[in-house]
Amino acid sequence: MLKSLIVAVLIGFSLMAGASAGTLDVVKGRGFLNCGSNPGLAGFGLPDDKGEWHGFDIDFCRAVAAAIFDDPTKVKFLPLSSKDRFTALQSGEIDLLSRNTSWTLSREVGQGFLFTGITYYDGQGFMVHRKLNVSSALELSGASICVQQGTTTELNLADFFRSNNLPYEPVTFATGDEALKAYETGRCDALTTDASGLYAQRAKLTNPADHVVLPEIISKEPLGPLVRQGDDQWFNLVRWVNFAMVNAEEDGVNSKNLEEKTKSESPEIKRLLGFEGNFGEGLGLTRDWIYRIIKHVGNYGEVFDRNLGDGSKLKIKRGINSLWTKGGLHYAPPVR
Amino acid sequence: MFPVSGVPRFGLMIGFQPFSLKRSITKILAGKGLAGEVLARWYNPAWRNTAVQVLFVLVLAAILAILGWNLRANMLARNIPTDFSFWNDTAGFDINQTPIAYSPLSTYGRAFFVGLLNTLIVAAIALVLTTIIGVIVGIGRLAENRLVSLLAATYVEVLRNIPLLLQLLFWYNAILKPLPGPRQSLIMPLGAVLNNRGLFLPRPSFEAGAAGVAGALAIGLALAYLVWHFSILKPGWPRNLLILLLAVGPAIGFSLHMPPLALDFPILKGFNYAGGFRVSPEFVALLLGLSLYTAAFIAEIVRAGINSVPRGQSEAAASLGLPPGLTMRLIILPQALRVVIPPLTSQYLNLVKNSSLAVFIGYPDLVQVFTGTVLNQTGAAVQVILITMAVYLGLSLMISFAMNHLNRRMAFVER
Repeated sequence: MLKSLIVAVLIGFSLMAGASAGTLDVVKGRGFLNCGSNPGLAGFGLPDDKGEWHGFDIDFCRAVAAAIFDDPTKVKFLPLSSKDRFTALQSGEIDLLSRNTSWTLSREVGQGFLFTGITYYDGQGFMVHRKLNVSSALELSGASICVQQGTTTELNLADFFRSNNLPYEPVTFATGDEALKAYETGRCDALTTDASGLYAQRAKLTNPADHVVLPEIISKEPLGPLVRQGDDQWFNLVRWVNFAMVNAEEDGVNSKNLEEKTKSESPEIKRLLGFEGNFGEGLGLTRDWIYRIIKHVGNYGEVFDRNLGDGSKLKIKRGINSLWTKGGLHYAPPVR
Repeated sequence: MFPVSGVPRFGLMIGFQPFSLKRSITKILAGKGLAGEVLARWYNPAWRNTAVQVLFVLVLAAILAILGWNLRANMLARNIPTDFSFWNDTAGFDINQTPIAYSPLSTYGRAFFVGLLNTLIVAAIALVLTTIIGVIVGIGRLAENRLVSLLAATYVEVLRNIPLLLQLLFWYNAILKPLPGPRQSLIMPLGAVLNNRGLFLPRPSFEAGAAGVAGALAIGLALAYLVWHFSILKPGWPRNLLILLLAVGPAIGFSLHMPPLALDFPILKGFNYAGGFRVSPEFVALLLGLSLYTAAFIAEIVRAGINSVPRGQSEAAASLGLPPGLTMRLIILPQALRVVIPPLTSQYLNLVKNSSLAVFIGYPDLVQVFTGTVLNQTGAAVQVILITMAVYLGLSLMISFAMNHLNRRMAFVER
């Protein structure tokens, strides 16, 4: 409450400041990027015991910082609850929000944001106590369901039960952790959030094996970073950092074979790494901007694997998040 | 080159008396003209005070207008909604405690009222509860019995020194942990059921007979009144019995013929109990947390109030032979109340405002529903926060007003 009030006051003041210089110039002048992150979602954004941030969304901010400063550590992360995140971006407190946020129409036309792309194709699901013997979300008639507030989740939940004509009781909490705790004590029969989040939350429970994630996905949740409207240069930059990472994976360029690939004769790779064409400067960066991203952070596949896939505790399958060449949905426009 | 004449040039050209500094000052000092009038009245302290205040308000209003206009212009430039048209849009989300009819198809405006009512319900009950606990603990601290006063002192020191949010989370988990799931519910007398989804009570609902019973009761009361007033029977138990029979007899007779109320019992349906009246664990945790926390402060206020009554008062009462209980009720407390009411008002205000912590334990109060979900879905941060602030301000002012009224009635009447 206090936080949202402060943010609301901040938005009031900062909005009075009026239009400012381009975000990229501001970021360069400041010397670091302000990035809104999840306060704690395993795999997506979570500080470790040394206070260093790790995660899929975190690595995206690091990639933007690497492209600008050639240094992935020049990011300041501001942990934001789902309730406060938009106000923080509107007010200019952060330059970029990378916090498992779903791309929806109302967030672009109603709230003044632009999503720069989709980094993770997600959907909302349910987790239930195994002892309830439930195998489908359609069996949840009359159930109590714990949900985190201030997300599209609340709407999807209401839509799902309404369209299936099932009664239910929502129990709404300010943060995901409180919702999880109430679910664990048995206050709710089910917990609902994006499927990726369910796997992450399940890993936090005392007995993860006692809980099952149901097969139904009840919504489309295209997650991606977003920026304020009205700064095309900044929008383009953030958008193309994502495309660059996906293209690098498609071209087989990763942080391990990067030096070797600089000698490649393939025109596509030459353009990607800045040896042909001068695309970086058009974005307000340097020619080797993609080289920097791959060197410090890696390509899309590496980031996925390290934070969410086999290289992580979550072991989420690539599924629809594979490249289009492998039957997935990730398809980036070419660098040329 | 210029025509030489005795007429001053400028005065002639603009058709006015020529400007003279000396003459102007003389005029102002004499209190003529606008500036002169201002100066003349400036010596009047009452006029001067008013003028300064009016000026101050004007400047303040101008600053606020500039800020507001700037805010609006920038919000428009960034495509952030600036009006209140969201109020009538469909909300789309659900709320789990709805004192008035509400569904996802209702509007954001209706969601606002649901949240507001939930805040009012918990605040109203907590205000009563915290006053009772606070008075008992406050008197307890002054008890002759050492154990009682020590217990009361411990209560105050522990509860007022732990942050309220932690206490709320504690109560919430303390309530949830020991309670069984719906399928292992504790079945209580009279068809009540207790589990970790809440306390389910049978809910009375009015049936077709209700109107008839009400009519029968009215007729009975009228008959009883007539008998009581015009009867030739002597006062005594036969007459009283007759009056009683006349008063409630028709109503009882009619309700046997057509029952006015039905009880809606909670029954287990799938995962949860359905039907009946439910008291949710979130509500109980919030009620307990708010009441017990605020009671610690009220106890100290009550103690201070009692201590402020001169010892001579209780000694005088004792010498008249009043027992301690009556002394407290008739002599001490009424006098203590004068000292107690003003600080008590602040505690009441705190309680109402603290109820906004509900969001952390899942109780759908105004802040959770409106500044939480509605703000997030509509993006109308400024409007929503403004409305919420206005609501809390309004509630606080109403409480202040009521308490001030009480305070005036309690004040010493000087004779």
